[in-house]
Amino acid sequence: MKMHYDTSKRELLILLDGEIDHHRSALLRNEIDTALYAHMPSVLILDFRDVTFMDSSGIGLIMGRYKIIQPMGGEIQIQNPSAYIGRVLRLAGMERLAKISEGVSA
Amino acid sequence: MKMLNEFRCVFPAVSTNESLARAALSAFLIPADPTAQELADLRTVISEAVTNAIVHGYRNSSGDVAVCLRMLPDRVLYIRVSDKGCGIPDVEQAMTPLYTTAPEEERAGLGFAIMQEFTDSLAVRSSAGNGTVLTMRRKLGQIHEEQES
Repeated sequence: MKMHYDTSKRELLILLDGEIDHHRSALLRNEIDTALYAHMPSVLILDFRDVTFMDSSGIGLIMGRYKIIQPMGGEIQIQNPSAYIGRVLRLAGMERLAKISEGVSA
Repeated sequence: MKMLNEFRCVFPAVSTNESLARAALSAFLIPADPTAQELADLRTVISEAVTNAIVHGYRNSSGDVAVCLRMLPDRVLYIRVSDKGCGIPDVEQAMTPLYTTAPEEERAGLGFAIMQEFTDSLAVRSSAGNGTVLTMRRKLGQIHEEQES
């Protein structure tokens, strides 16, 4: 996982990678939340281009971050999910919580 | 029913074994040559089932998870995931989308919805105190022979 904070836009970009299951999401949650509370961004961008697997634990990960950033007045954007991950996101109704965009350059 | 192949394994209910279960399923499916989507769907299904056993069956206490995979005739994959954990007192409620008993673990309550969406049939046998057995079936599409160019 890599992250980049854009101070002027107050955007926190998280480049997720590998497999996001229950085991991994517990680790990712801590890393992301540390950065969230450090920067208090107005936009949290989760980039899925390098994610090779995701189950409902990934949905829980997104929902949990939404619950943190939404009361701060921030929003979540999801970008570059594979077709398969896009299907899981839609099945979970994630488009109601976050803007989902494909084909976004880094 | 006649089966063409079978793989059984038992492992402790720890979260690092979720990826082990996915890897076992992927390896078992190699001879069937599934499409990328079929493989992705079924890896998700087994991940949800095994995670349920670990998180909800044993609530992170110790115990074993048993996985049985069978290839049945007509390219039907059979998956059984069982635990001897706390069981599900109300199966119908547990299968309701967004219902979860572990919100503090950030469970989305979508495991059963995903398993149902990505399989052709799902059966749950469980009662409080007696563990849980999930059985699922998914028919794979026909193999398309590579065309000589």
